[in-house]
Amino acid sequence: MLLTDLFKQGEFVITSEVGPPKGCSLETLLDRADKYLRCVHAINVTDCQASVMKLGSLATCKALLDNGHTPVLQLTCRDRNRIALQSDLLSAAYFGINNVLLLTGDHTTLGDAPNSKPVYDLDSVSLLKAASMLESGSDLDGNKLTGSAPKFAKGAVVSPCSDSVNAQLHKMDAKVRAGAEFFQTQTVYDPERFISFISRAKSFGVPVMLGIVILKSARMAEFMNKNIAGVSIPQFIIDELAADPERAKSGETGVEIAARVIKECRPYCQGLHIMPLGLEDKVPQLLECL
Amino acid sequence: MLITKVKPVDEILPLVSGRVIALCCEGCSEVHYPEKDVVAVLNKIMVSGTDNAIFELVYMCSQEHLDLYLQNNADLLNEFDTILVASCGVGVQALCGKVRNVSSATVISVCDTLKVPGFQGLTPFKFDCALCGECHLNETAAICPITSCAKSLLGGGCGGAKNGMCETDSAVECGWERIYKRLALYNPPTP
Repeated sequence: MLLTDLFKQGEFVITSEVGPPKGCSLETLLDRADKYLRCVHAINVTDCQASVMKLGSLATCKALLDNGHTPVLQLTCRDRNRIALQSDLLSAAYFGINNVLLLTGDHTTLGDAPNSKPVYDLDSVSLLKAASMLESGSDLDGNKLTGSAPKFAKGAVVSPCSDSVNAQLHKMDAKVRAGAEFFQTQTVYDPERFISFISRAKSFGVPVMLGIVILKSARMAEFMNKNIAGVSIPQFIIDELAADPERAKSGETGVEIAARVIKECRPYCQGLHIMPLGLEDKVPQLLECL
Repeated sequence: MLITKVKPVDEILPLVSGRVIALCCEGCSEVHYPEKDVVAVLNKIMVSGTDNAIFELVYMCSQEHLDLYLQNNADLLNEFDTILVASCGVGVQALCGKVRNVSSATVISVCDTLKVPGFQGLTPFKFDCALCGECHLNETAAICPITSCAKSLLGGGCGGAKNGMCETDSAVECGWERIYKRLALYNPPTP
């Protein structure tokens, strides 16, 4: 199932996200996906998120697919050159993994192998272009593919609450021109800023999925404000989390906050991307709130 | 001799054996050549004095200069077991490729070559050029994205900048933020 087909049908597309383990057992991940993530259209699999070496996104996507889920392959430019990236896209297509989210990727210095060499042969824009070229039957260098060409639903990311919105819109424009067919956003806690961003981004005519992280504590919110690009959590939300730390830790407060943001933003977007960061069990509850 | 800094003595010493000669490139040394550091390190390595010698030659990277130098000094070079070279990486490679014809000495580089900001000696350490051979400066308000972006991205910022600073170092301004800012000065948004 292509996410782009769902958007075309007017569906409010809901996705969630899992991060593969640092090890070679997928039992827990698959178990949690079965229990809690049957309620979403598709599941993103992160690609060594935050530059931390983990089990691969492609293998995890295949395991999810075999278990009856629709995976979204996240693919970053940090660890592979254009040969490996395009090869992985073809491998994904071979497995029937056709939903992809194409990213530049965090710098290697941020992760658990800070001395590793970053690649960035391509960036998110040129990777989208490469995927588009593969769909048209050749690779990025114009060499012809054999057999039938792959078909992808090509996703990209954007940060509506970035401190540099103009730069985000500039890059979004470049991504659309390179073939992006839907966007997932960085997590949003300020509906006003999101709505203002959408008023400028809607001219691109590409579906935007509101991104939301379920917050677990005031400390987590403060950490994200300080360290995560494009994240801006208002003080009243931090206070709300701090008021009852135990309730916040259970995810109850975070679900309430997320539900409020989603309700306000929903009329302005075409889908929702929930990043549970370990609170997958809260995803069904959050969706019930809508 | 592009921009170099001298390596730590401990890194060089284990590589040195027998009689030692040092060749210091005096080519484009006006750019940035740590002459005092080089001499200090060479003196630490070449302790025995009588067996050792320090020579200078101009533009080690020049084939003509190098050929002439090696031709005139073949006998001299042949007396040594180690040739220490104080030069940029280009000089070391050029010398090492030719010296085999006249001497079996091992060539050891004394310097680390840094990137080449402000090459030509005009504005060292201020403006960076990676000598990539495909200049994008006309599209990027004359700020090079190859050297100013930690990921050398050509299609715009990665989105990792926080408050305008790079995700890899909060003390370094995001190169693409700088580019966007200067482009905005050139092409102010229409009201």
